[in-house]
Amino acid sequence: MKASAFAYARATSVANALELLTAHGEGAKVLSGGQSLLPAMNLRLLAPDLIVDIGELAELRGIVVKEGALSIGALTRHADLLKSPEIATHAPLLTDAVAHVAHPAIRNRGTLGGSLAHADPASELPACMLTLGATIIARGPGGERRIAASEFFAGIYETALKPQELLVAVELPVTPKYSTHFFHEFARRHGDYAIVGLAAQAFVRDGRFTDLRLGFFAVGDRPLLARSAGKLVDVAITSAVLSEAFSALDEELDPLDDHQATPAMRRHLAKVLLARCVSSLLGRPDLRMGASA
Amino acid sequence: MTTAVTISLNVNGERVEASVLPRLNLADFLRDHLKLTGTHVGCEHGVCGACTVRVNGDIVRSCLLLAVQMHHATVETIEGLSDSGEIADLQSAFRERNALQCGFCTPGMLMAAQDLLKQSPCPDREQIREHLSGNYCRCTGYQAIIDAIETTARARTGRLP
Repeated sequence: MKASAFAYARATSVANALELLTAHGEGAKVLSGGQSLLPAMNLRLLAPDLIVDIGELAELRGIVVKEGALSIGALTRHADLLKSPEIATHAPLLTDAVAHVAHPAIRNRGTLGGSLAHADPASELPACMLTLGATIIARGPGGERRIAASEFFAGIYETALKPQELLVAVELPVTPKYSTHFFHEFARRHGDYAIVGLAAQAFVRDGRFTDLRLGFFAVGDRPLLARSAGKLVDVAITSAVLSEAFSALDEELDPLDDHQATPAMRRHLAKVLLARCVSSLLGRPDLRMGASA
Repeated sequence: MTTAVTISLNVNGERVEASVLPRLNLADFLRDHLKLTGTHVGCEHGVCGACTVRVNGDIVRSCLLLAVQMHHATVETIEGLSDSGEIADLQSAFRERNALQCGFCTPGMLMAAQDLLKQSPCPDREQIREHLSGNYCRCTGYQAIIDAIETTARARTGRLP
């Protein structure tokens, strides 16, 4: 199908984009990479009156490391993230995750800011933002606002952004040297929407987790930073401990039913991912089988 | 403001000026306005890969770009790659290995394959599969396509089978 008719404005600066958004409110949609917006428009799930194209605002594209933080411009493309030595060094979880985002031709256009603002619950990058403790920076008519990733995602395609605000950048704390990470998702075809996925980061000392952050996606209406990770920290992990974590995780999940999977299947796969994650990060192949629970 | 917008771009080495409605996507612009019908339109939501073209050197889905976004861009379609001879060996390998049947997916397959071979000259079969994961073929079962790309990679790097 084809998108319905709309008006088009090419923003010449962030200030100009904000003026357009303020003037047109909810009738306007921001176009960055367009790799989620245009399919939705072609399928007539969305029919904005005005498209504000921010694609040429070069100031919003790029990766900078300073004072223990990574600052990533909203227009930084998936392909930029995948190839960036700064991301590979300072946020290696993100490098692993981006390789699972769609396909090369889509990664060449899709942007980090676009993915976060779109807030598809099956997307990889929103969950990574929770795991990595990101801060999302939005600019609006009243100035700049910093939003913790944990406060940003509000539901299916819903975020804390106001219609007049533009997501301009993301800040991530530099990943500490001795931390480890795990990323995996189940999908029908490499690059397809995840059925269930997990982006995890941890500290391991003497065979135990001293910290563990588990960002699940496609397990509810928004990404989930699982509190049940706490059951696995500062304890010797046995299959009984893992089972307890499974039960706690199960309580936190609220999976959706769609053409890809039933909620029961998603609950099961989330446990499989958790078992694989723990087994991989601790180097304990014996725990991998714990998923049969 | 739903009126036409003037754009100026380069398509296969030629300067193109056009006036387009904002809703027109790049695939339809190439096919209907420029009559470059080698770019195929399959799913129109980024899943099938049949509309893959190069914009400023990178492969993209032309159904997921608006023609108005192409102001000042350089676009290369299968016609451009074919006429310049850039992928003559790849096309010949596809033909010899029966890597196409109906041919609908082939322009997109060739675009994606050439993109891979430019980035990594000696990919293994798994890397080839992964790079083509966004391109559907409903005829061949993919094996012959992967064979043809592998053969081309070997020939280009002087490692004949």
